[in-house]
Amino acid sequence: MSNLGEITGISGPVVKAKSDLAIRMFEVAHVGRDELLGEVIRILGNNIFIQVYEDTSGLCTGEPVYFTGSLLQLDLGPGLLGSVLDGIGRPLTRLGEEGIFLKKGSHASPLDPDRKWQFFPSVEVGSLVGPGSIIGNMPETSFLNNRIMVPPDVSKGTIRSIASPGEYTVSDELCVLDNGYVIKATQTWEVRQPRPVMMRLPFDQPLITGQRVLDTLFPLALGGAAVMPGGFGTGKTVTQQSLAKWCNADIIVYIGCGERGNEMTEVLEEFPVLSDPYHDVPLMERMILIANTSNMPVAAREASIYLGMTIAEYYRDMGYNVAIMADSTSRWAEALREIGGRLEEMPGEEGYPAYLGTRLAQYYERAGRVKNMGEPVRNGSVSVINAVSPAGGDFSEPVTQSSLRLSGVFWGLDKRLAQQRHFPAINWQQSYSLFEDTLDHFFSSRLGPEWKFLKSYLKDMLERERILKDLVQLVGRDGLSEQDKWLLELVEILKVVYLQQNAFSDVDAFCSLDKQKQLLLILKRLDDVVQVKLEAGLIYDQISSIPFRIDLLKLRDLDQPELESKGKYWLDKLQHQLQDMVVFK
Amino acid sequence: MIKLFREGYTSLTGIVGPLLFLKGVRQPGFAELVSIETPSGVRTGQILQVEDDLCVVQVFDGTMGMDTGKSTVWLERDIVRVPAGDALIGQILDGRGRRIDGKTIGYIEKLLPTSGMPINPVWRQSPSCYIETGISTIDMMNTLVKGQKLPIFSGAGLPANQLAAQIVSQSRVPGSDTDFLVIFAAMGITQREADFFIDTFRSTGAIDSGIFFLNLASDSAAERLLTPRMALSVAEYFAFEKNYDVLVVMTDMLYYSEALREISAAREEVPGRRGYPGYTYSDLATLYERAGCIRGARGSITQIPIITMPDDDMTHPVVDLSGYITEGQVVLDRSIHDRGLYPPINVLPSLSRLMNKGIGKRKTFEFHRLMADQLYASYARAQELERLRLIVGDDGLTDTEKLYLAFGREFEARFVNQGSVFRTLDTTLNEAWECLKELPNTELYRIPPCFIAEKLGSGREYS
Repeated sequence: MSNLGEITGISGPVVKAKSDLAIRMFEVAHVGRDELLGEVIRILGNNIFIQVYEDTSGLCTGEPVYFTGSLLQLDLGPGLLGSVLDGIGRPLTRLGEEGIFLKKGSHASPLDPDRKWQFFPSVEVGSLVGPGSIIGNMPETSFLNNRIMVPPDVSKGTIRSIASPGEYTVSDELCVLDNGYVIKATQTWEVRQPRPVMMRLPFDQPLITGQRVLDTLFPLALGGAAVMPGGFGTGKTVTQQSLAKWCNADIIVYIGCGERGNEMTEVLEEFPVLSDPYHDVPLMERMILIANTSNMPVAAREASIYLGMTIAEYYRDMGYNVAIMADSTSRWAEALREIGGRLEEMPGEEGYPAYLGTRLAQYYERAGRVKNMGEPVRNGSVSVINAVSPAGGDFSEPVTQSSLRLSGVFWGLDKRLAQQRHFPAINWQQSYSLFEDTLDHFFSSRLGPEWKFLKSYLKDMLERERILKDLVQLVGRDGLSEQDKWLLELVEILKVVYLQQNAFSDVDAFCSLDKQKQLLLILKRLDDVVQVKLEAGLIYDQISSIPFRIDLLKLRDLDQPELESKGKYWLDKLQHQLQDMVVFK
Repeated sequence: MIKLFREGYTSLTGIVGPLLFLKGVRQPGFAELVSIETPSGVRTGQILQVEDDLCVVQVFDGTMGMDTGKSTVWLERDIVRVPAGDALIGQILDGRGRRIDGKTIGYIEKLLPTSGMPINPVWRQSPSCYIETGISTIDMMNTLVKGQKLPIFSGAGLPANQLAAQIVSQSRVPGSDTDFLVIFAAMGITQREADFFIDTFRSTGAIDSGIFFLNLASDSAAERLLTPRMALSVAEYFAFEKNYDVLVVMTDMLYYSEALREISAAREEVPGRRGYPGYTYSDLATLYERAGCIRGARGSITQIPIITMPDDDMTHPVVDLSGYITEGQVVLDRSIHDRGLYPPINVLPSLSRLMNKGIGKRKTFEFHRLMADQLYASYARAQELERLRLIVGDDGLTDTEKLYLAFGREFEARFVNQGSVFRTLDTTLNEAWECLKELPNTELYRIPPCFIAEKLGSGREYS
């Protein structure tokens, strides 16, 4: 055979081969007798370097290498939702039928070739379609339609024939264009290549996460990118899983990139049981999991984030809002570093390859809110939420810094807060969102103009407490005015009641925007009520035994309408209680 | 299969540290086993890298006294394997799975590859079965569950070994009838430490139901990389084929990583942080990730690795990378140790990620999570106030704050400092309530009032 090479060297996941043919960069190769999957990453004369996505032990020199001629690509079609894929897109559930351990050299498409799907055409013979145009629907889950599109790389044409409503497999012919192109439910796409869009749209819609600290203080826009760095034990994974459960995206692509196997399992066990807060169906129906756990081959980890992004873009093109979450970027960067080291490349900062930023950009820049190609007119978005695990919790390291440059929202997780069991451990002083201005219009029309005011009130309180805390370090608490003593208590309440959120509580795990506003309003009124009395001469010690926190935590567990009435009742009661207190003046 | 011939080469071209360079090999296989015949005896090694007909071989026995002229390298044409079978139970083996007394292991059922394959995540089962270690700070606040990997972060001179030995000898799974097996993998520890473990296990009887792999500080670094892999392959065999609940104690992962660095340096690889190779994370993960439970299997593998933090530095790469892979950590603290408390566990940086799965109604007790949160929050506040007190003095603190200080001291003296005894969860819970008594009910906002009223009585807040 002509497109064969021969293995001449092996070093961990990097295999060197010799071939006299013209080989393409990033071409997929089948390495050795077991046909391990790999990708060409360097060509020097007729020496070809291949990163292999599977364990290379037992591979011998002299074994054949088969070059496929195509780049790493993925079959896209109905059946992806709810599935679990490995880093190069093989379905783990189907591979699992072969045994509990992952075997080498298995090849399988992520789509089930035998399963039949209902098809409902939406165009007629003779209509003109172009790249991205929708020709029909296939209900993929109980609420989500897979919109069958003309692939982006097909030129315009009129429809010569279209399948009638009925059941089809992913490889059945659905539509033929007059230029001879045949459209099936499956389309393939090279994972390192962004899918084209008509135009990009401004970031004026928020991705609602249901997490108070994020939605209120550091909102993320649909199509934006957020970075969540934090040392180990700061709750990256729990926060990210909360977002996966509660955010208002239509579809979630969750990439377990070099993380713990048990965490993937947790998602796999929990999500089919939990119900989607927006549709009352199992959460798993809107999820695609990509599992490349830390002990799975390192090269596949490198490919996994592009794979996830390609799936996200595919659903975006149908007009859905997709959120893609990768946990964690650092493991991905380490895979890059390991491969770079094996190739004996000149290292950049901290041993990471110098092209770290470029590669990250190729991922982050694929996020965005867009107007899709083709008919009918529709918008979709891909929002990125990436966790970063900086070594030693030091945010100055290159992966965190490169990610920050490419993203618009920074949710910094704080070890100190985590140790106090303040979760989500988002540090409100460090974190920021660059979307606040563009989202301003949405929030004021949705929650009224007072939202902006409440938000700056919260920020102001937190900032004043920080300054005051420094002062307390010097003079002790007794040196403070009564107002300042109350401020310290109030901010403590704000932290416990508002900023902290219990991801494991049924009621508190998700907090709607209206409830967020209501809760913040109650806290602001509480401050007003007490401030009035303090000005009249009330001493802080007189109210220090009132169980504010216990009462407010109870209120927090109520639904929004009830919260409004009960909150008002509680404030009135408090006001009376304060009225009765003797004021020495 | 009987081989009719053996392939041998005498073409050694170089020796660097533990590595041999061998030329002219016909189709060498990556990660394959070789035996090296020298005038002074037979040594074994493994092929680390292949470059055309040149092979890099790491020698498990060290290269001291070897020469390039008189040595023959025989290719075994097989990967490195470890014997497995019931005959292993109760044995003390060296770092390469041979009996330390030189005798042969009785009946061997299987020869298992040491590398092990990754478990398909779809097949894993979330660990959810509570293990009672008898140590208050672990059981109440950082609960260990079956199938978890929970390391002990220690410092030089801190009693990590005592703690590990105590956990090994007194742990139990309440209400379980599966057999319990301890596998102990020592990497680079001193003879003195090894003796300590062996003596302790002998006195508690754990030795008869355990398997011990000892790679001592004087053994070769190449062998050190093999020891945990062998131990874990054996663990997988007993857990998933023989239905044992296996507890693997690995000590010390720092020395393991240093061996990794040593080999990497000999191969002239690009170093990462503090000279550790860039693949340290992936390499450690291939060990730690072999813990877990599998759907349909009754057995499980629980890991307790011990990691010494050089200079008590938790940001040291080995400690840091381990923390990112393991499911929590138990951190020993020098200042608590210096105050004479045992076990010197600092609960604040300690964490068990899988705790929530193993506790609660029907497993431990209903408000376990809330109780742990309350203790955490109160102790964190006490520590913060302790620091504040140093600056502003007692007079600068409010009455409530003074109560917190009292709580903090009680917590350390009573709850943490339990000594080397077994505490049932009930005893632990009582101790916790005794400590919380120091605080008024209004401060116990994380525990539902009904439980407080039941235990401490209500109406204490305005006293």
